[in-house]
Amino acid sequence: MSAPPSSRVRRRLLAAGAGAVSVSGWASGVVALAAPAGVRAASPVAALSLLDRLTWGAVVPDSRAVPVFDADRLLAELLLPGSPYLPASVRARLDAMTLHQTPAEALARSLWQDERAINAAPDGDPRQALRDAFQQRLRGLQQEAAETALLRMLHTPNQLQEKMTWFWMNHFNIFIGKGNTQRALLPDFEAQAVRPHALGRFSDLLRATVRHPAMLVYLDNTQNTGKNLNENYGRELLELHTLGIDGGYTQADVTSMSRVLSGLGVWLAPEPRQVPAAQQADYVMDGVFEFHPARHDSADKTLLGTRIPGGGLDEVDAAVRLLAHHPATARHISRKLAVAFVADAPPAALVEAMSRTFLESEGDITAVLRTLFQHAAFEAALAQPDFKDPLRYVLGGVRLLYGDGPPVVDTAPLVQWLARLGQPLYGRETPDGYPLARSAWVGSGQMAARFDVARQMAGAWARLTGAEPGPDGKHPAPPAGAREWFDTALADTLGEPTRAALAQARNGQEWNALLLSSPEFMTR
Amino acid sequence: MQRRDWLKWAAAAPVLLGSGRLFAAPQAGSRLLVVFMRGGYDAASLLVPVDSEDYYAARPNIAIARETALPLANGWGLHPAMGDSLLPLYHRKQLAFVPFAGTEDLSRSHFETQNSIELGQALQGRRDFGSGFLNRLVGELRGPATEAAAFTAQLPLILRGKVALPNLALPARPPGAADARQRDLIESMYAGTALAESVQEGFALRAQASAALEKEMTEADAGAPSPAGLEGQIRRIATLMRERFHIGFVDVGGWDTHVNQGAATGVLANRLGALGSALAGFADAMGPVWKDTVVVVISEFGRTFRENGNKGTDHGHGTVYWVLGGGIDGGRLAGEQVPVSTATLHQDRDYPLLNEYRAVLGGLFRQMYGLSDARLQAVFDGVRASDLRLV
Repeated sequence: MSAPPSSRVRRRLLAAGAGAVSVSGWASGVVALAAPAGVRAASPVAALSLLDRLTWGAVVPDSRAVPVFDADRLLAELLLPGSPYLPASVRARLDAMTLHQTPAEALARSLWQDERAINAAPDGDPRQALRDAFQQRLRGLQQEAAETALLRMLHTPNQLQEKMTWFWMNHFNIFIGKGNTQRALLPDFEAQAVRPHALGRFSDLLRATVRHPAMLVYLDNTQNTGKNLNENYGRELLELHTLGIDGGYTQADVTSMSRVLSGLGVWLAPEPRQVPAAQQADYVMDGVFEFHPARHDSADKTLLGTRIPGGGLDEVDAAVRLLAHHPATARHISRKLAVAFVADAPPAALVEAMSRTFLESEGDITAVLRTLFQHAAFEAALAQPDFKDPLRYVLGGVRLLYGDGPPVVDTAPLVQWLARLGQPLYGRETPDGYPLARSAWVGSGQMAARFDVARQMAGAWARLTGAEPGPDGKHPAPPAGAREWFDTALADTLGEPTRAALAQARNGQEWNALLLSSPEFMTR
Repeated sequence: MQRRDWLKWAAAAPVLLGSGRLFAAPQAGSRLLVVFMRGGYDAASLLVPVDSEDYYAARPNIAIARETALPLANGWGLHPAMGDSLLPLYHRKQLAFVPFAGTEDLSRSHFETQNSIELGQALQGRRDFGSGFLNRLVGELRGPATEAAAFTAQLPLILRGKVALPNLALPARPPGAADARQRDLIESMYAGTALAESVQEGFALRAQASAALEKEMTEADAGAPSPAGLEGQIRRIATLMRERFHIGFVDVGGWDTHVNQGAATGVLANRLGALGSALAGFADAMGPVWKDTVVVVISEFGRTFRENGNKGTDHGHGTVYWVLGGGIDGGRLAGEQVPVSTATLHQDRDYPLLNEYRAVLGGLFRQMYGLSDARLQAVFDGVRASDLRLV
């Protein structure tokens, strides 16, 4: 598609290499250009906007040059994730965490054991002591899970894959606080069920989520049996995960789906499940995932007018195939992606184009994203304000201010800021996930909180990077890259009122705080 | 047009009646504060069933002794820690209790039950996770005089929805000189942008809350004691509700007493006492507006009738709601009741549910705001409001 005639296309080369991980260990996501026409970031504002949408936030490039580049190339890079390189200091931080020292299955069983031990302990102080220790353990694991995710989001070169991982984690939302074993199961859900398929095939992703213990626990499917149907997961699978609320399913379909899902659960006890001989052939145990034929309704079902012959787990596969390739699913997923990347009310033409790609490619998420990013509506959106949700705000702020310095190793402050702004990781209690609409986040309470957080972000460099004071007892100065970059190259991306306010900053820290408080940063 | 038709038509389109109002108007000055005790507080310690032998048999360590409970009515007593705060309000008929209250949600899970109460929607079928019942109420009342806010760090589910509402965490710091300068710089950046109004309102709310705090500190300097903690926070809410907000929400935690909850004294007694003082302080601080104010105190569920092995209690079902206000018909227990015994327990472990929360609150809102059936259904779909004649 051709660029608008009035656009200025500056073709300046950037020093950074393709998909560069800069010397400092951050992934800038900025690529060298010199490629034929494709999607172009027509202006510095559009370029920054593109980076802010495709990554967790633009990082000051090594060359401090104007970031006008070939977005086609950037896109191609980001859609093909490479090895998930992380800086050594970040790796060390992760390796030290309890969460990563035990495989998820063993950890889940261990938490389950702790719970059992508490219930078996003598009343009074012995039980209370165990309970206190257990709560502390859970809190620790939960904190580590959030810090892990943030370290990865800040530093991985596979920025778009990470953004899509978050998108799907939000789409298939699970609350880490429901059920003690979730502290072990949910990070595994992200790593095993979601991330590998985030840019892959939707049917593979869906199937992986249906088989994962974290989902089965969260939506009460562990209590869903043929004799006592629990429709919680069946309903949300149709309403939230696939067809969408307008997807044309009925209550009978919800019941059918629940019957298909009956018998899928978890088994966390160390002793193996007693399964009658007659059922052993059909019984499935995979890690802590369990399919128990005695708990399954194995009669024939009708789902969306299609007959699913009675059986075992093959019913689930049939249902997943049916739902993953349904036009309503294509529309529902396409629309959510369009809202996430373009606007609260995306143009119908865009959603239709994406749905078509979804169906024609049999749910290839990368193909759908390509249709999205190459659409005129996306290019037009780059020039429009895009109010960041708290996660993009906090990550974008840290990446912008500090991305040209040593890696951030302590993300505990980010966990606090996200809680303050109402979007803690893994903390959405309801299955619908955090809202994607920008209008859901704008508000006077939110703005006031963001200005506080901006001030804190501007003063947090030493804490975040673990910088030690020098022999004179003073901390080294944080990088001034953002200021230099804007001073030298990008002042034009800021309006006059913002530039005037920045000019009155008394020092670098205040300058940074004002930059992160600015409407331009808030809505890019 | 037949008169009957005209009335039907007019009822459906109040705008055209020439009433001059687009929305149901709140009674002049009526204020509503909803207080959520998060954690499922032990209602049987607040409202003591002093005539129940089973209660004393079930709680050898944590029952409130007959002689210690403050007599209320009909075999019920009040926890002694509320003697200075709630008891006088009860005697002035400015406090009523609704026992055996709550939601049909039987998960006994804190977050699930809190969520389902805050959403205020039917438990079966589709639920809109973005729509809390107080937001729907504000939507029905929307008019120049109806401002609402949550006095919490995040906007809670109960106030989320179509109407954009602020949340304001208290206590607020008193404004410093640096703050004023930064505020001016930030506001200048937003001048003329779509966000300008939100930015200004955010600062204005802060300033108002800070002014309330400063006023309190000045009074403290003048010798009046500045109440710490919860009472201070709730008095500040009163200032804001007197001056600006007609609907408010606040939550109080620390009620999940599984272990060593105490009886007439102890952990629970202390927290109840603090909440009681805070509410009495709220009534005091509302001043002349107290007679037009209603405070509803709710919790997600009550606790087990019998004590557990840790001298505490576990998650239960039926609970006790409190309704306070300068103009209510209080001094009694309202709603459906049964004698307290093991025979009337739910699943032989909890207080039963006899007064469903949406019916109770629906009835209150209808009276407070003159809501038509249609408007009430927009807040609590499919619910028949029960009129406890409290308002």
